[in-house]
Amino acid sequence: MTVTTRPPRTAPLPEAPLAPIRAPEAGETGLGRARAWPLRREGPAKLNGTALYTDDLVFPGAWYGHTIRSTDAHARLLGIDLDPSFDWSRVVFLTAKDVPGENLVSLITDDQPVLVDDEIRHHAEPVALIAAPDRETLREAKTRVTLRTEPLPAVFDPLEATQEFAHFAMNKGDVDAGFEQAEVVIEGTYRVGHQEQLYIENNAMIAVPRPDGGVTVHGSLQCPYYIHKAMKRALALSGDQAVVVQAETGGGFGGKEEYPSIIAIHAALLALRVGKPVRMIYDRHEDLAATTKRHPAIVNYRTGVMRDGTLVAQDVEVIMDGGAYSTLTPVVLSRGTLHAGGPYVCPNVRIHGRAVATNTPPNGAFRGFGAPQTEFAAEMQVNRVADALGMSPLDLRRRWVYRLGDETPSGQILRESVAGEEVLERAAEAAEFERIRAQTAGVRERRDQAGKSGGSSVTSSADVRSARGIGLALAWHGAGFTGSGEVKLASVASLELTSVGQIRVLTASTEMGQGTKTIFPQLVAEQLGVPIEAVEMAPQDTSIVPDSGPTVASRTAMVVGGLVIKAARKMREQVETATGSPFAESYQAFASKGGGLRIDEQFEAYPNVVFDDETYRGDAYPAYGWACAVAEVDVDLDTGEVTTRSVVSADDIGKAIHPVLAEGQVEGGTLQAVGYATIEEIKLADGRYLNDRLATYLIPTSLDAPRIESILVENPFSGAPHGAKGVGELPMDVPAAAVVAAIHDATGVWIHDLPATPERILAALHGIQPPPLPGISTVAPRSGTEAPSADDAGTPDEGLDPRPDAPTDPQPMRGPYNE
Amino acid sequence: MTYRFSVNGAPVELEVPGMRRLLDALREDLALTGTKEGCGEGECGACSVIVDGQVVDSCLVPVCQVDGKSVTTVEGLSPHGSLDRLQQAFLEHGGAQCGICTPGMLMAGRAFIDDGGAPVEDDIREAIAGNLCRCTGYTKIIDAIAAAASPTSAAGSPAPPQSDPAA
Repeated sequence: MTVTTRPPRTAPLPEAPLAPIRAPEAGETGLGRARAWPLRREGPAKLNGTALYTDDLVFPGAWYGHTIRSTDAHARLLGIDLDPSFDWSRVVFLTAKDVPGENLVSLITDDQPVLVDDEIRHHAEPVALIAAPDRETLREAKTRVTLRTEPLPAVFDPLEATQEFAHFAMNKGDVDAGFEQAEVVIEGTYRVGHQEQLYIENNAMIAVPRPDGGVTVHGSLQCPYYIHKAMKRALALSGDQAVVVQAETGGGFGGKEEYPSIIAIHAALLALRVGKPVRMIYDRHEDLAATTKRHPAIVNYRTGVMRDGTLVAQDVEVIMDGGAYSTLTPVVLSRGTLHAGGPYVCPNVRIHGRAVATNTPPNGAFRGFGAPQTEFAAEMQVNRVADALGMSPLDLRRRWVYRLGDETPSGQILRESVAGEEVLERAAEAAEFERIRAQTAGVRERRDQAGKSGGSSVTSSADVRSARGIGLALAWHGAGFTGSGEVKLASVASLELTSVGQIRVLTASTEMGQGTKTIFPQLVAEQLGVPIEAVEMAPQDTSIVPDSGPTVASRTAMVVGGLVIKAARKMREQVETATGSPFAESYQAFASKGGGLRIDEQFEAYPNVVFDDETYRGDAYPAYGWACAVAEVDVDLDTGEVTTRSVVSADDIGKAIHPVLAEGQVEGGTLQAVGYATIEEIKLADGRYLNDRLATYLIPTSLDAPRIESILVENPFSGAPHGAKGVGELPMDVPAAAVVAAIHDATGVWIHDLPATPERILAALHGIQPPPLPGISTVAPRSGTEAPSADDAGTPDEGLDPRPDAPTDPQPMRGPYNE
Repeated sequence: MTYRFSVNGAPVELEVPGMRRLLDALREDLALTGTKEGCGEGECGACSVIVDGQVVDSCLVPVCQVDGKSVTTVEGLSPHGSLDRLQQAFLEHGGAQCGICTPGMLMAGRAFIDDGGAPVEDDIREAIAGNLCRCTGYTKIIDAIAAAASPTSAAGSPAPPQSDPAA
């Protein structure tokens, strides 16, 4: 292949300056969205195509890396056969014995190997690595590798699993006495399956050998220092020899929290052996098949109430499926457990959570981090109680919702920034919840009566075949890391005034679309009284920036943003004390005379916030975000198809530092939750994801997306200098239950398992066998061996796989993961 | 085989296998990495480019199909790295978050506007239905395209979006 002509490169190195970073002038925009806030810092580069994501980075002479993965869910690895007819000197081939340090991916529990040594514990588990100088050679080499394995019995149903990753328990009051007192008890089992983060940029990492014997990785990632730590242990490198640099990152949502560590180690292993850069760019199929998903969960819930609606007892059991390795599961379970009661005061509460191991790919971080699963169940219960008592779900929440001074199941007294009531009222009012609910109830009643008086009138009326419904749900989301997490992290953020008068923010907090690179300069500029253009962001490179902790848990604006503000205040004070004049007028002279200044600000525990990990009691979070969503849906009564028409979401985030970016978080999180509620489902057979392509794993398009109205509510948290409580995850916690409540309002049936697909809705409407439970793998019958039965719920095996050849295919991952 | 076509107004002559993906030709042979790969099977639209006025997924188009045609990528939207009216509207309305779907989204939006599309929400939703975004919930993308499509505003200063043709 030769290229004889190149068009002039129009994109890089512009002759004219990029579009200025400025707020629109008055009159430039009419309606609301583009307001007088700083424009996205890296926006122009993203819009003109010059932003460099990992796969856009060019390293001359780079080789291509590939991961050989298991095709068994559980097996003994007996050997790896390399076809002798292939010239293996053309490539580099590595196995577990080539890992120079400890063969593990360092995170919480030391259980996940970099490459399988002996026991394969899940489908698509990394077993060996290949690098080749070109793609053709790589393609050829990877088809010449055969894994020799001996199958072992696999566990797919979390209820049958024996290995536990974590368990937590909370007790408040006397639950048994509470249920004895209760006049009405509502019980339910709710099941939610895997959800894929589905960032549009797949995972990607490029490793470049360093002259000091170490390696630098450039990648799509959220947490530079997680990778740094993992590389040091697995590769036996010093802190200076392992360098992690974030490239522009095309979405994360938790999916690039922990998984990039293993990719970085793989790429680095290959690069160190090849002696050249190695590109490890996942394609969509590999990314879907191998990387982490949201934890499936089973939530058993009992709620005891009096006939007047008084809440007297909650008993909740949460079972999460961690997959084959622990990853972040203990913390996901902890957050799920702590949120499982919902934002409601109840005198008698028992919540037990456990997370177990199955032979499925490990589950990990995803926006909401355990809370969307348990809060779905909690809100379903509230709506079902209201239904059973004949009360308005809005009125019932008005009675139950936490208020200042209330005590949570972990024994935390809510001392400030409690806004459940406010978001409830704001969302209900904006969505005209009660008025529309009365309308939909009237339509449903007329339809029911028409149905009873003879079917003909039903089918003759066109509008009756589609039913409108409205639903409401409420949520809380603990701000920042769970329990003592922030104290243990002890994050550092730095602010530098260089000797040439440049103001630079140094943090490891990454930009993945949520706005870090815009709000940090904004916060600093406000404190220093300088234009935002005067504040630079240092690159997210572990050789340059301190460990500010991971970019997760909605903590960046709240925790790291708080550190950045404190650093700026100190800088301003020092400069103004030294110069005796305002910072903006004096800092450049101060810098050139004094040689600059650097403030390193370390996290200090929020006052009077104490959590005891041993007893699992105390202040689980320093503050909570609060959100209410009202969803309106249309349900096609013939096909069961749901159209989510609109969602109104009111979110108390403490302080909306940048309302346009904050609204963007609410709108995006809301749509992910609508997808979770209606269409997003991973199906499994033999522990393997079946719909591991974008053609079969569906996310909402612009035509599926409802109109989303975001109402930002500000109840500041005193522990953060700006009052912010985080916004990233909160909007994901609440809409799923609102959508399912709206489906109930439209149809009269409750859907307990997510997603509420047409199949599940039709099954509920017509009392027929529902599709298989979400999140649990079926076992395909095998020829020649005893065919294990399908799972204990008697769910059918047939019709599971969209691809006709897959369920009985003994080698389902044939020709896998082409780059 | 030699293929001749234009990219962003400049003539290109490529000697590549005819079935080479246009996406790879753009990114690797022509170093135009603004066009992104999201799925490689025509589902996500991240690799959208405009070929003779039509938005196509460049991962599904072989180079032989663009012989003699005119290809526009995100790099061709405005010269010298500045922002055109549509790009500026995305910036001001918050239409780009992580940015990976943005080049494709811009091409879909540009084709819609060039085709005379009006700032009507349902029409815009239809026009970008082949482009997946996981960050925005689409709201601000729709606002941005509506603003840029509005005939009433002066160039460079997008007008307010309309959710209704009568508005």
